[in-house]
Parts: sequence; structure tokens; C-alpha cells
Amino acid sequence: MLNFNQRQILETIEMIKIHHLDIRTVTLSLSLRDCITTDSTTTANKIYDKILKYASNLVSYANELEDEYSIPIVNKRIALSPISIIGEANTDCDYVKIAKMIDKAADAVGVDFVGGFSALVDKGFTKGDLKFFESIPEALSSTNKLCSSVNLGTSKAGVNMDAVLKTAEVIKKTAELTKDLDSIGAAKFVCFCNAVTDNPFMAGAFCGVNEAECALNIGVSGPGVVASAIKNLDKTADFGEVSNLIKKMAFKITTTGELIGRKLADKMNIPFGVIDLSLAPTPAIGDSVAEIFKAMGLEQAGASGTTMALAMLNDAVKKGGIMASSYVGGLSGAFIPVSEDSGMIEAVEKGSLTIDKLEAMTSVCSVGLDMIAIPGDTSKYTIAGMIADEMAIGMINKKTTAVRIIPVVGKTVGDTVEFGGLLGYAPIMPVNSFSSEIFVKRGGRVPAPLHSLNN
Amino acid sequence: MSEIIITVTGVDKVGIVASISNYLKDNNVNIEDIKQSIMQDNFVMIMLCSIEKLQIPFKEFKEHLIELGKSLGMEIWIQKKDIFDKMHTI
Repeated sequence: MLNFNQRQILETIEMIKIHHLDIRTVTLSLSLRDCITTDSTTTANKIYDKILKYASNLVSYANELEDEYSIPIVNKRIALSPISIIGEANTDCDYVKIAKMIDKAADAVGVDFVGGFSALVDKGFTKGDLKFFESIPEALSSTNKLCSSVNLGTSKAGVNMDAVLKTAEVIKKTAELTKDLDSIGAAKFVCFCNAVTDNPFMAGAFCGVNEAECALNIGVSGPGVVASAIKNLDKTADFGEVSNLIKKMAFKITTTGELIGRKLADKMNIPFGVIDLSLAPTPAIGDSVAEIFKAMGLEQAGASGTTMALAMLNDAVKKGGIMASSYVGGLSGAFIPVSEDSGMIEAVEKGSLTIDKLEAMTSVCSVGLDMIAIPGDTSKYTIAGMIADEMAIGMINKKTTAVRIIPVVGKTVGDTVEFGGLLGYAPIMPVNSFSSEIFVKRGGRVPAPLHSLNN
Repeated sequence: MSEIIITVTGVDKVGIVASISNYLKDNNVNIEDIKQSIMQDNFVMIMLCSIEKLQIPFKEFKEHLIELGKSLGMEIWIQKKDIFDKMHTI
């Protein structure tokens, strides 16, 4: 009997050691519906206790698995039920108090981030949602590990344009309140169209109202693995071959991720949820989605052909992944954040990649305008217009889209901003200078689109 | 699930197999299979071992073995075997 295959073992080690294959995140999805009370202090305390009860071993167990398999598990996170709902019955609706308590719990259990400071307002606001929106800037500027997200539209309900404008105001105010730290608060906030309820990635992870009591969701990565495999292909290999190779690499990445996810869920004695196989870059050289475009034959990310390259990549990643696991979920596909991807940063700096091209790319990949630094004096109406465009792409194409942009107070085009760690650094990108004010002030809801006559 | 793969790579020299095997013996780790070769002038040894009777915590066992590797000028990876089975098997 063949006990092991030397070539396969060396390939696995090379993927981890040289091409940055890692488990990007293990995220505990935790329902807080049993923490609803009429008093914000009681609610906050119940949330704290519940996080400690379920997540106390998350980090130590993940570290044990890291040792056993010699594969890095980069982030340990928690995704909570949308707090707008959990805090709504509190007579004082003190969402900031809850935010601070969640941050305290995150420190106590040692996780990197906690998501779920969220609201789902695609069809309209409740009274609690309105108070929740007002609390976001202070909540983000007075905490370290809290992430916030809002869902502004769906293909079934249309897009809440009042919420779009309010979201732009939230982004501006959060940037202002954290201006001493290059407006980093805005990097911990994302708005969605068609948000998914089991996404393990930040800033948009939350435990959807349809989710179980708890589950362990896992996000794997490995753009470097895919880029390296394509680089080794002959330059004349056709797209069928390239796609097949990506599928094979996605299969390997996914099976590895699911193994670790199931082991961790077993250790924690909770159900395994989904595996999100998103090619998520980091600022490390070689851990870049833009490198994949280069490997495919484009001089830079953003060159003509990039949208096609991304469409094929995204599709092939999903095809390889669903062969490997029955429970692929989350945002699965390819992420195209700017500040977190050294190749994207280079493409911006060389003038190849613009916001307009990024917007086009978001119509064929997972997520959207991500980690893009823009001038601090960009008006809230322009930001609302950018969000509206992205929501339109998601609504019409029945896919998730998102906006995470950072108007960096005091900086403008030509400057760069350093967020540090996995958030990376970014050149400030120019935005369209013409006004969207009258358009975005119309408010109301953009009606849900027709789901037939798809032309 | 007590099978591990130990991968040793580096410049070939006298005593590598002996040193590592001794360490494994001292820790009650049984070698079930072993394969070695020279690849691009590098010594490569892969061992399939059982840690069923390992007496010390896995982390400690692993760290000492990596240190031993460094003292021999070798890079050593220690991983549970199922990561390879999962990754490369449909």
C-alpha cells in the first residue's frame, strides 16, 4: 500500500511556505437573539457572557490546529446577530454601550475582530434602525475590534436610497472621528447589496437571522498558489487549460480549509457551517489577486481584459470549490481590495487601475469597491452616488456587492495612507468631481428589478 | 488520527537519519515508512510516523524536532497526515 506521495507532500509544503496558502479566518457565528431585553445594560452583559461562554477556546484551539497541520490560521473572529435588532427593545436604545461591551468581550477571548454591528434596511428602517445608524460612527471610533455592516438593497426588495445617503453620512462622520488614525474607522465599515448571512470575512461578517444558534465558518485564501500555478503554465495555454488549472488549485485549497474547519468545529463541539473560498489577498508580496492577472498575461491589473480575467477566475474558483465541499458559502470568489493587495496598489500607482475600472470588475467578482482610499474632502453626495452605483450592480445581477471606502481626512490625490497590518496601505484615488447631490437626495426606494426579460 | 508526516530537507551530511530517528525513539514515536532522495542537490527525507504513544505534548515534540533540525542545518516540517490525504484525493 502506498502510504504517501513525496511529490504531493512537497507541493503542499511549497503552497504553505512559498505561496502563502493559509486559513484566512475561522469565524464563530453566534446568535444573540436570546440576549434581547428591555435594558441596554442587561443586554450588553448577556452578550458579554454569551461570547465568553462560546468563544473562550476559539483562539487556543485554532492555535493547536495551526501546530498540528503547520498551516497558518491568520484571523480568529466572531460574527454576531445584527445588533440593530438585538438592541432595539432596549428602552434607551444605547447601541454604543453594547458596542463597547462587545469590544471588551473580544479582548477577553483574544479574537482579532467581531462583526455584526449591523442593520438590514434594504426595504426600510425601523425606529431602532434609525437610532442604530446614528450610533455607528461613535461605536466604531470608541472601539478597536468591532466591525459594522449594513445591507442597503436586495434583488427582491430594491435599494433603500434613504439608507444609501445615511450610509454616506456614517462613512464621512466615522472618518472624521478617527482622523488622527488616517480615518481607519471607515475601514471597519461596509455596506452591501444582497448581503450574505454566513460570510466569515470582515468587515461584513454577521450571523444572519436565519442562521443556527452557532456555527463555525471558515475562510480560506491562496491567491499566491493560483498565481504561481498559472505562471508555470505555458504562455500559449488556452483559457480552457487555465480555467481547469484554477479549478484544481481551488479544490486543493478548499479541501484543506474544510479539514481545518471541521476539526476546529469538533474541538469546540459546535456545528461546522460553511467554507468561504475567497481568494483574499494580503499586502505580502506574492499574496496578490493582481498577480494572477499578470500571470494570465495582462501587463497590470486594470489593463483591458482584466474584467474577463476576473470573471473567469471567479467562476473557476467556485467550480473547483463546490467539487471539494458540499457547504461552500459566504462570499466565495475573488476579492479585489486595493490597500490589501500589493499588485493592486502598484497598478493604481502606475495609472493602470481606476475606480471606474474597479467598479466594472465588481460586476463579475465577489464583493465590490473594497479598501479604497479617497480624498477626505469628497462630499457625502458623491460617496452616496458611488454606493448607489455599486448597489445597482448587485441588485440587477442578483449578486452580492459592497462598498468599503475611506475618505481620509486631510489627505488628497497624490498622498498615501498607511492602515497597517492586513489592511495595508493605499494611494488616495481620485473620484468623479461632478455632483450627484440632487440625484441622491431624491430618497425613497429604487423598486425591485424585473426578474425576467434578462437582456 | 495519530499519523504524522515528517519532511526533512537540506544539504546532505552524515548523521541526519540517525539523529532524527534517535529523537523519535526517545519519544516513543514509531516510524512506519520512510523514503529519501536527492532532489536538485538537496537531501529530502519523508517519514510516516505514528504518535499514538507520544508521551509529551505535540507542540513540545514538534518544537524540539524543529530545533534539532536547525542544529543539523535541516528544515523540518511536521504535519498530521490527513492534510495531504484531503488535499490530493478526490
